[in-house]
Amino acid sequence: MSEYVVLGDEAVALGAIHGGVSSCYGYPGTPSTEIMEYLLEYSEKNSGPFASWSSNEKTAMEEALGTSFAGKRAIVTMKHVGLNVAADAFMNAALLDIRGGVVVVVADDPGMHSSQNEQDTRFYADFAKIPLLEPVNQQQAYDMTREAFDLSEKMGCPVVLRLVTRLSHSRAAIVTSGPKAENPVDKALNKMDWMLLPGNARRRWDSLLGRQKDMIAYSENSPVNAFSLNEANTKRGVITTGLGYNYYMENRSELKDNPSHLHIGVYPVPEDKIRTLAAHVDELVILEEGYPFVERLIAGLLPKDLKITGKLDNTVPLQGELNPDNVRPALALPARETAAAATMDLAGRPPQLCKGCPHDDTYRVIKEVQAELEESTVTSDIGCYALGALPPLSVPETIICMGASITAAKGSAEAGLKNVMAVIGDSTFLHSGLTGLVDCVSSKTDVTIIIVDNETVAMTGGQTTILPSSRLESVVKGIGVEADHVITIEAHRRSHDKNKDILRKELAYKGVSVIIAVRECIETARKAKK
Amino acid sequence: MKYDIILSGVGGQGVLSLAAVIATAAAGAGYKVRQSEVHGMAQRGGAVMAHMRISDGEIYSDLIGKGCADMVLSMEPLESLRYLTWLSPEGVVVTSTNPVVNIPNYPEDADLTAALDKVSKKTLVDDKTLAKEAGSLKTGNMVIVGAASSHLPVGMEDLKTAVDTLFSRKGDAIVQSNYKALELGSRVS
Repeated sequence: MSEYVVLGDEAVALGAIHGGVSSCYGYPGTPSTEIMEYLLEYSEKNSGPFASWSSNEKTAMEEALGTSFAGKRAIVTMKHVGLNVAADAFMNAALLDIRGGVVVVVADDPGMHSSQNEQDTRFYADFAKIPLLEPVNQQQAYDMTREAFDLSEKMGCPVVLRLVTRLSHSRAAIVTSGPKAENPVDKALNKMDWMLLPGNARRRWDSLLGRQKDMIAYSENSPVNAFSLNEANTKRGVITTGLGYNYYMENRSELKDNPSHLHIGVYPVPEDKIRTLAAHVDELVILEEGYPFVERLIAGLLPKDLKITGKLDNTVPLQGELNPDNVRPALALPARETAAAATMDLAGRPPQLCKGCPHDDTYRVIKEVQAELEESTVTSDIGCYALGALPPLSVPETIICMGASITAAKGSAEAGLKNVMAVIGDSTFLHSGLTGLVDCVSSKTDVTIIIVDNETVAMTGGQTTILPSSRLESVVKGIGVEADHVITIEAHRRSHDKNKDILRKELAYKGVSVIIAVRECIETARKAKK
Repeated sequence: MKYDIILSGVGGQGVLSLAAVIATAAAGAGYKVRQSEVHGMAQRGGAVMAHMRISDGEIYSDLIGKGCADMVLSMEPLESLRYLTWLSPEGVVVTSTNPVVNIPNYPEDADLTAALDKVSKKTLVDDKTLAKEAGSLKTGNMVIVGAASSHLPVGMEDLKTAVDTLFSRKGDAIVQSNYKALELGSRVS
C-alpha cells in the first residue's frame, strides 16, 4: 500500500497500471489528456505497458479492441466529444465477446470550461447497453478503474468510466493496492463472436440483452450505490450522482431532517433501491452532475403522486456544472452570506493567443487579404487557433467540431460563397481533416485550406503530433492536391508580405489549394529550451 | 479546522506552482488537501482560478461555496476582485498590486485602488520589488505566499520544506532565493 497525491486523471492511470493494463490508447482532449500523459511517462520509464497517442478517438478505440481480441486488457481515453468520433467502434464493441477487459474512459466537461458542448456520456453507455462507473473522488477513480477491468471481463463487454473536469483536474491523496499481473496473450476462441455480420450480430445483440439483468444485479449490490434509509423521515429523500454527492455532503450538516439518501455511481441504475426510496417519501430531491439522466429515467419508473425536485422542474440548473451553492435551493437551504458583492464592474479577461504565437501571424495575413476582397469566408476548427475568433483578430466564422473547417468550407463554396478559406491545425488535420480534403479533391472544390502547423498539439499542453510536420506536404500531395498549389510558408511576421501574395494567388486559383503555415508553437519551443 | 483559499491570477503567471507550494506545505503539516485546477483553453492568458481546501477532517467538495473562502490569494489586483463573492465576511484578500494589462479595457489605477479600498481585510503586496530584492523576478509568487503566511494554517518552516521539495532539483540558488522571497513577503502586513 502506498499513498500518492494525484489528479483525478492520474488516479485513473495508476488504477489501469495496477489493474494489469497491457495497452493504452487515446487522443488528447481537455480534461482527459493527463491520463495518457501519465501512462506515457510511466511506460517510458518502466518499459511498459504499451502506450501511445492515436490519430483520433475512433482509431484509439479500435486499437484497444484489437488488444482485447488478443486477450489482454486495454484502456482508451478521450474527452466527451471524442466519443462522438469513436461512436461507430464504441457502439459495435458492445456486441463483441470481450475477454481481455476494455475500459473506455471519457471525461465530460459540464460547464464547458474547454469544450464545444456539455454532452453527458451516461447516455452513450445506456445507448450501447453496457455498464458505466462514475467516481466522486480520486480514490474512487483509482478503485473504479481497477474494478472496471474486472467488470468488463465479467460482463463480457467494454465498461465506461465517466469523469468530469472537476475530478479530472483536482488533486488529492489516494491509497493504492498491490498490482495485478497482465493477462497472457490468448486470442479470442470463437471468431464468430468478433465478426459482426448480421447473423452474428443478431446473436450477439440477444446475448447482450440477456446480460442486462446481470448488470442490474451488479449495480443493485454495489457498495458504491450506497443507500441509507431513515425510517422516521417520510417527507423527503435525496438521490445524488457523480459530484452531486460531494456538494450534497458539503451541505448536509445544515439539514435538520436527515433525509434518506441513495447515491448512484454504478450503472445501469439500481431500480429496486430507487423504488424502495421512492415508496418511502413524498419528495425526491435529485442532484446530478450532467444532464438529468437519472431524473428522466425514474420519472417514468415512479408513481405520479411523488414530487421530484431537480433539473426538470428547474430547481437545479439544467446548464453548467453543479457546485456547493446551486444545489442549496433544492435542499431548501438559503444562500450563504458573502464578504462583498463585486466592488466595481470588472472587465472580463478571456483567454487569448500567446504573445508571439505563429497563429497570430497567419491570421493577420488572412485578415489583411480579406480586407482587399469584396467577399470572403473563413471556417476554423478545434485548437488554439479557435482563439482567433476573439478581438482584435475576429477572423473565423465557424467552429463546429474536429475537422469541420475543411468540410464546412467545401459545403459553403459549393453553395456559392466566394474566397472560402479553412483554417485547421496540424494535429486536427491528421485527426479528421484528411477525409474532408479527400472530398475536396474529389469534387475539385474551390477552397483554400490553411494548415496552421505549429508542430504540436498545443491547446492540450504540447503533445507530439502523430506524424512529424515534414510529412504533411507529401500527405497532401498524395491525396491529389496539385503540386503547384501545395505551398509551405513560414508563419512569421518577417514573411508577412510574401505570405499575403501567396494567399492572394491561391484564392484566385479556382480549385483546391493547401497552404501549410509552419512555425513551432512558442510554448513548446520555450519548454524544449528548459 | 478547515481553511479554504481561492487562488487567482492570469494564465501563465504561475498560479498553479504557487498552489503547489501551499498544498505541499499543508500536506506536510498533516492536513488533508484538495485542489481544483484549470487546464486547457482557460489557461491561455485568460483569468485563472483554483480552489484549495485544507482541513483536518473529510473534504467532500472540490469547489468552495460562495461566502465560505477564508482567503482570496491573487497574483494580480484586478483578478483579486473577481472572486469576492466566494469570500466569507471574515475572509482576507492577499494580492499583488502589479497589474497585468493584456486587455484593452483594463481599469484605471484610481478605479482599481478605490475598489481594493472597499475590501475590509486585505494585504497588498508589491511582489515585483520584493522579488527583485530576493534575487529573481521569478520568485514573485513566493513573495505572495510569504505575505499570506501569517493567515495560513501552516508555519514558515512547512512552507520552506515545501519549497525545498518542489524546487531542489533546480539547484540551491533557486531554493535560496525562494526562501528569501518567502521571508520578505512575510514581513509585509
